[in-house]
Amino acid sequence: MIKTMSTTLHTCKRLVALTAALCFSSCGGIQSAINPAGPNAQSLSRLWWWFFVVCSIVFVLVMVALLLSLRNRTRESSELVAPVLEPPAEAERRRRNVIISATTLSGITLFVLLVVSFSAGRSLTADLPHKNGLNVDVVGHQWWWEVRYKDVDASNIFTTANEIHIPVGVPVLFSLQGADVIHSFWVPNLAGKKDLIPGKINNLWLQADKPGVYRGQCAEYCGMQHAQMALWIVAEPQEQFNAWRQAQTQTSIPPASDSLKRGQQVFLSSTCVMCHAINGTPAGSNIGPNLTHIATRNTIGAATLANTRDHMAQWIKDSQSVKPGNKMPQNNFSEADLQALLDYLQSLK
Amino acid sequence: MEFKENFPAKAQRRKEKLQRRIRPVFAPLRLCGKIFCLLLLCFASCKREQRQFAQPPSNFKSYDVTMSDLHPGSPGLPQPVPNPSDQRAFDTNEGKRLFTQYNCSGCHFNGGGGIGPPLMDEKWIYGENPENIYSTIIEGRPNGMPSFRQKIPDAQVQQIVAYVRSMSGQLRKDVMPTRNDTMNARRSEQRTEREKPQHSSPPLND
Repeated sequence: MIKTMSTTLHTCKRLVALTAALCFSSCGGIQSAINPAGPNAQSLSRLWWWFFVVCSIVFVLVMVALLLSLRNRTRESSELVAPVLEPPAEAERRRRNVIISATTLSGITLFVLLVVSFSAGRSLTADLPHKNGLNVDVVGHQWWWEVRYKDVDASNIFTTANEIHIPVGVPVLFSLQGADVIHSFWVPNLAGKKDLIPGKINNLWLQADKPGVYRGQCAEYCGMQHAQMALWIVAEPQEQFNAWRQAQTQTSIPPASDSLKRGQQVFLSSTCVMCHAINGTPAGSNIGPNLTHIATRNTIGAATLANTRDHMAQWIKDSQSVKPGNKMPQNNFSEADLQALLDYLQSLK
Repeated sequence: MEFKENFPAKAQRRKEKLQRRIRPVFAPLRLCGKIFCLLLLCFASCKREQRQFAQPPSNFKSYDVTMSDLHPGSPGLPQPVPNPSDQRAFDTNEGKRLFTQYNCSGCHFNGGGGIGPPLMDEKWIYGENPENIYSTIIEGRPNGMPSFRQKIPDAQVQQIVAYVRSMSGQLRKDVMPTRNDTMNARRSEQRTEREKPQHSSPPLND
């Protein structure tokens, strides 16, 4: 008997350890709500831990009570027994006390959780206008993110896609909007989710306290490539951010060599120009991502592929094989044209 | 003897008892069966249309279209080239999206016409067949219609051609776009009555 029990216990221990290992493998990542890197995420993570600990304790207590009641259950007798019409007063009193105290304890626990949840909610919607931070518009498209940095000075306004740089320690106000269907902006390390709704602007603020790269993901099912609709937030020190911003406000680098000039010509005289913009050239369409500084981005296709020459070639030739259903058509360029185009795109720093 | 006489009655009683027990189980089961059969019918509507991600080769070729009405050989119109996008609701809706995004609306104003001729009426200056519209988009036309040769992939031109024909109700009802995503400038193509195509000469410019 004891031997079986110890084996069972051992198995249980191993199971618990395995489950815990699986659960905690998601902690500490670049896309994890319990690895907070900013005040918003901090309060959410604190809320999560409160609920986790309290609910775990309640679960354990309930299970213990259940097991005790099973052990103390009265054996069913084979013959009918007359019901007890007048139970002993002592037993009745005990039962009533148990029920009253358990109900009170549940009420108190729920109230404590309510207060914790309410205060976390308050801290998320804290008044922002006078925080004097950075303003960024994010427009969700099927299936990529359009990012516009706003500024009082019109020459500092620029558009990019799928990669958002922010300065560390500065609150950033995101104005979120959907272009086609509802999307949801979620960077777990920095803030909670907020929907991008067509025809409505939602505001979300977040702040990064630690420099780093955080992954965001669309969190509202938005169609076929919802899973491949990700973005990166790069939090960097203020000087570095200023340098990046300065570079992004510039128009594209004009082609220096004949090969690059040919690449630009291919871009401007083919299907690319119908959807993409490169500032400083006649290409100005806003259907697809702005490519003015495409070579500075780390990924293409909304964080689907790393931004390398091979991936870019694959994407241009047949993006449907990588991300079926996306709006970019297949393109039949001659090999020479494709290489020239790739040269040109890679020169757009 | 007694036993033998009793036996049929007993069996009958047992049978009735069984039926009484079974009936409440079987009645709902039978109902479930009927509902299931009805639901099966719903599946008939699945896969009405297969989505293709790899673009099929185009039915039209740029060298098929000519600027001239003159045809060599015996008189008579050439055989119309069928447009596969005419059969697919997905394609007509993509055509509708592209019509706005490629700024066709900039001149044709949601089909009502303005700078360019209207597309939702019965008048066709360069023909109402798919290949006519295809050549209009690819070649361009005098007085302002630009050429989109090499700018729009053939598959997308086919989608736009299908959409343009749906604007005056030339396609099957079930493939035409059912709603406007943004501005409700006109009733949806599906609710548009079919216009009988008529040949028309280009408007005179003064």
